[in-house]
Amino acid sequence: MAVIVERPKLSILEKFYFPAIMKGLRITLGHAIRILRRKKKVTMQYPEEKWDNNLPEHYRGAPALVTDEHGRERCVSCQLCEFICPPRAITIIPEEIPPEDQWSKVEKRPREFEIDMIRCIYCGMCEEVCPEQAIFLRKDYAISGYTRDEMVHNKKKLYEIGGVREGLVNKWNTLK
Amino acid sequence: MPILISFIKIVMVIFVVILPMVAYSVWAERRVSAVIQERVGPNRVGIPFTKIRLFGLGQPIADGIKFLLKEDFTPGHVNKFYYWLAPALTMVPALLTCAVLPFGSELFGEKMVIADLNVGPLFIFAIASLSVYGIVLAGWASNSKYSFLGGVRSSSQMISYEISLGLSLVPVLLIFGELNLSEIVWEQSKNGWLLLPFWGDGAIWNGGVDRFFLLFPAFIAFIVFTTSIFAETNRLPFDLPECETELVAGYHTEYSSMKFALFFLGEYAAMIIGSGLIVTLFLGGWSLPFGLDAYLMNMTGDPEQIPWWLGLIHIGTFLAKVIVFILFFIWVRWTLPRFRYDQLMRLGWIIFFELALVNIFITAGILILTRGSAS
Repeated sequence: MAVIVERPKLSILEKFYFPAIMKGLRITLGHAIRILRRKKKVTMQYPEEKWDNNLPEHYRGAPALVTDEHGRERCVSCQLCEFICPPRAITIIPEEIPPEDQWSKVEKRPREFEIDMIRCIYCGMCEEVCPEQAIFLRKDYAISGYTRDEMVHNKKKLYEIGGVREGLVNKWNTLK
Repeated sequence: MPILISFIKIVMVIFVVILPMVAYSVWAERRVSAVIQERVGPNRVGIPFTKIRLFGLGQPIADGIKFLLKEDFTPGHVNKFYYWLAPALTMVPALLTCAVLPFGSELFGEKMVIADLNVGPLFIFAIASLSVYGIVLAGWASNSKYSFLGGVRSSSQMISYEISLGLSLVPVLLIFGELNLSEIVWEQSKNGWLLLPFWGDGAIWNGGVDRFFLLFPAFIAFIVFTTSIFAETNRLPFDLPECETELVAGYHTEYSSMKFALFFLGEYAAMIIGSGLIVTLFLGGWSLPFGLDAYLMNMTGDPEQIPWWLGLIHIGTFLAKVIVFILFFIWVRWTLPRFRYDQLMRLGWIIFFELALVNIFITAGILILTRGSAS
């Protein structure tokens, strides 16, 4: 059944717009007074005040590589993150782990791992796709540099940001 | 000697009062809009090279320096002569109109008005109408569709609202029987403001029955006049000439650097002069309310002579009233959304024009009934 919505009948006062204008002025004045009396605060004075302590756990900042409690770099150079990265910010040059190494059964590790932070869009797909729990998005957000080269995070820098992360699944420790 | 005094007054009014007020009304606009939207607004620029911030009071100066240092780009497709003429034509009329505004009573026996003309409101209308040329020329000379549309809108809007602006003033002039703005303010100082006639001969208990009944047409005139000033200065409920959602920036799309700043400042200067005019005509100009003027003058002994401190108080009163009105302008700007163009034209031609016209007859009728045919 068709429903016919009646147009609202405006009273004479409403047709004059004047009460509506007054109502609007009252609302804006109310907001102004509320902010002037410091009842409400919505803005942060950025460089002095920061969000850092209030960042949520799931915050997506700069991506970084982590080592585990055994000091092993977790990345195995599978390059899944490189392939999924939407802006193609990640470049990995894999290398083979020499047989005398303690973790030689892992077979591969990155020789170089570069994330171009000019390209990175902080989407977190690299973290999602990583089968080794090696890359994580950290809470660093103020990434800046004077040159384009400075904005490319190399492997050393990535491990520096990522640090050691404990309590991850250690699938390479058991004997096979 | 009178030339020298006029010169001093011009310099004082334009460069010491109006231009800083223009700069700081831009700052006020940004701070007030921020507060209304629960933001902070520019609060950082203070004294350079120190940590002193002063609520961002240095912002207008920094903006001015920025405008001067920016590249003054003239696009290749414009008509150079008119392109250069247009910004000056918006700024100059806005500043010229302040010549007849009485911004104070007397200071050291000198009338605080640059030109004490007997045709004050007429002079203001004559000059203020010129500012539409600046906008139209900017629109045409820029040779761009956005500028052109902005200029066309602006010209039709300003011409439409000039009619109701002029007509809404006629009742005021009928009531005072005077076209000299200084005399109008003196009259209000002695016998009550037009919208507040509660002392002197204007009070109803002192026989000012006419002024009491004239409150109604005076209020209508006030509403129509204030709204038309909004439209004339292209302020927000009527800022169709530059509405950025449709026309990028309207008539000043192609302008940059100081030429753009002149448009910008011209708008604010027009706003300040408009506020000054409203205050002068409806709210007693520089006069203090409730007969305080007469009281203070009697206190000093000589009721004809205005002491220097009272003169300063009067100037301060005028500035305070104007500042309140500027804040009102800003407040309205950040409250009301923009009109549609047909609504704008309807309001101007069908409502305000008729209202102002009828208002003249109402005023004349009340004047005949209360003051008789003698006046």
